Amino acid sequence: MEDLIRVLTPLPVLLPLLGAAGALLVGRHPHTQRLLSILVLSGVLAVSVVLLVLADDQGATSVSVGGWPVPLGIVLVVDRLSALMLVVANTVTLGVLVFAVGQGMADGEETDTPLSIFHPTYLILVAGVSNAFLAGDLFNLYVGFEVLLAASYVLLTLGGTAGRIRAGITYVVVSLMSSLVFLAAIALVYAATGTVNLAQLAVRLGELPAGTQLLLQSMLLVAFGIKAAVFPLSAWLPDSYPTAPAPVTAVFAGLLTKVGVYAIIRTNTLLFPDGALDDVLMWAALATMVIGILGAVAQTDIKRMLSFTLVSHIGYMVFGIALGTAAGLAGAVFYVVHHIAIQTTLFLATGLVERRGGTTNTEKLGGLAKASPLLAILFFVPAMNLAGIPPLSGFIGKLGLIEAGVALGGAGPYVLVGGAVVTSLLTLVAVARVWGRAFWRPRAVDTADEDLEAVRPAAGTSTTTAQLQENRLPPLMVAATAGFVVVTLALTVFGGVLYGVADRAAVDLLDRTPYLESVFGLRGIR
Amino acid sequence: MIPTVVLPIIIGGLYAAGVYLLLDRSLTRVLLGFLLLGNATNVLILSAGGVAGLAPILPVDDLGDINDPLPQALVLTAIVITFGISAFVLAMIYRSWRLVRDEVVEDDAEDLRVATREEVDADERDPEDMPPADRGPGDGFTVEREPLLGEVKPPSDDVDLELARAEAAENESAEARAAGDPDRTPAGGRPVDREEEH
Repeated sequence: MEDLIRVLTPLPVLLPLLGAAGALLVGRHPHTQRLLSILVLSGVLAVSVVLLVLADDQGATSVSVGGWPVPLGIVLVVDRLSALMLVVANTVTLGVLVFAVGQGMADGEETDTPLSIFHPTYLILVAGVSNAFLAGDLFNLYVGFEVLLAASYVLLTLGGTAGRIRAGITYVVVSLMSSLVFLAAIALVYAATGTVNLAQLAVRLGELPAGTQLLLQSMLLVAFGIKAAVFPLSAWLPDSYPTAPAPVTAVFAGLLTKVGVYAIIRTNTLLFPDGALDDVLMWAALATMVIGILGAVAQTDIKRMLSFTLVSHIGYMVFGIALGTAAGLAGAVFYVVHHIAIQTTLFLATGLVERRGGTTNTEKLGGLAKASPLLAILFFVPAMNLAGIPPLSGFIGKLGLIEAGVALGGAGPYVLVGGAVVTSLLTLVAVARVWGRAFWRPRAVDTADEDLEAVRPAAGTSTTTAQLQENRLPPLMVAATAGFVVVTLALTVFGGVLYGVADRAAVDLLDRTPYLESVFGLRGIR
Repeated sequence: MIPTVVLPIIIGGLYAAGVYLLLDRSLTRVLLGFLLLGNATNVLILSAGGVAGLAPILPVDDLGDINDPLPQALVLTAIVITFGISAFVLAMIYRSWRLVRDEVVEDDAEDLRVATREEVDADERDPEDMPPADRGPGDGFTVEREPLLGEVKPPSDDVDLELARAEAAENESAEARAAGDPDRTPAGGRPVDREEEH
């Protein structure tokens, strides 16, 4: 079993990298390229599932890549949290890839997702995400972040239109800033402890003076907070995500911020178990939830509304982390899994709305429920799930977090519980408004459209009813989105199993010894 | 083994100048600021490796005679990453210049629109008073009637309007063809936004 894990662990990073090289080589043969990318990601997903089963069975396992002794070489660590994140991340990336393939086949090659660039970059993004989840030392985590960020810069500015370049500039500059803060934090950590290995740091950081620990922790938190879009550091997100192609926005919204959340969970539990900044995190969580959702309510564009709910719901995860108890962490882990799936689904459904209605502006949309009942279901189910309507998984996650908050007691947690409930209700308001406007209300008559066209002849975004009927949705895109809806429903049905894994992962995180033993145990082996 | 003050001063100066440049709206300055910050961080990592002046090469008799090699390896990686990202930012600046003849960080138009929108209850809004971009389809009162079975929508009798539309469509496609020509940039004016989103 140990050998199996040792072979499998590097694969989620290696396979996509090799796949990216292959996809570049066969760039002139779109069919081969599509097949290759889907095969590679399916393989990675299979490996991740095996890793999760093994990790849930045996606890944490470490692999020293290249056989270098532990503190010097690169260590990859698979524990319940990282394996769970790998499985969810790869499920999402595979599904979005199928959606993108469907879009590419429907639109021709070089329109929205130019295949020759899209597929290799997408695979590199997956490699970066996997590397960040598996990284056993701070610097490898940094490299993982840089790999996924570099790929995300390219994906966000695909096609290089004016709007995407504008959005991409904001995104790139902010991401660069966070990377520099992270790198400076690594330098200071190394200066203080003489190592970047997470397991060694867990031991050595505890011996430092409290002030030094606080400085290092806050620097790392700022760096990860920007990536995760925690409130005072979240302004970049709603500006930059909505302009990208639908599949890109979906995978970014679902995954990339959660990598930041994962890094916060990892460093806060493993490196700084004292919880010195938990109070700050609580207030940040509250502000993220409430201010994010107030922004969402004000939007008229579906993509922007969803971007704001994304920021807002990051607050739930930070809430769980800030509680610092096993129940809180389990809630946060469950919520991360739920939110990755749900946010991706919603953005994909919005991509279909844009195809069908010609726009994502709710003031111009209408009558979609009648025009396309299937699309209406595909949007309605995840939207209610996001708002946390029982018995869906959003409700389970929020309930878990609220229970954890009440169990801890005290003024701070109770305020947060109140904030979480208000945020949930406001989320319902935001998605119900979109539902009511885009799907439920009757579509205005054609003559009014013509008036509108006469007022602004150049816009051309509003489609007439006749056009609406013609915008048939490509079956593969619908199938991918429907698959996601099924996955989110499965999260509800198998919520107990998932919550069990999240519980055990949280206990491991607080205990720390499984992680440390697995890394230090390597010394004996090699 | 006296710690030097030169490196901390350099690091501080580079960080200060880098942050100052990063706050500018001009993208070239932002890139320069990023480069300064990157170098400041590299020097910071290097100084974390101990006193300067020793080589990180084995074999040595005394471990005090050798510099810590790990920060140097980290710096190399960081330099390569900074280099690659700088190239990408340069490409973006160039693209921005080609598209809008400018290289500033622009405001998000939709954000501004939402921010400056009048705070009026939807029921009290008169569509006639709103800018066209905010106006919904229809007049808000008429409900769409589904065409009855077999009912054919009468063709528009406004022939001039139809003709004008066809002409406009033709002009547009001609423009799009011309825009595909890489050499075509209006002298002194803004270039045509080639791949404007639909």
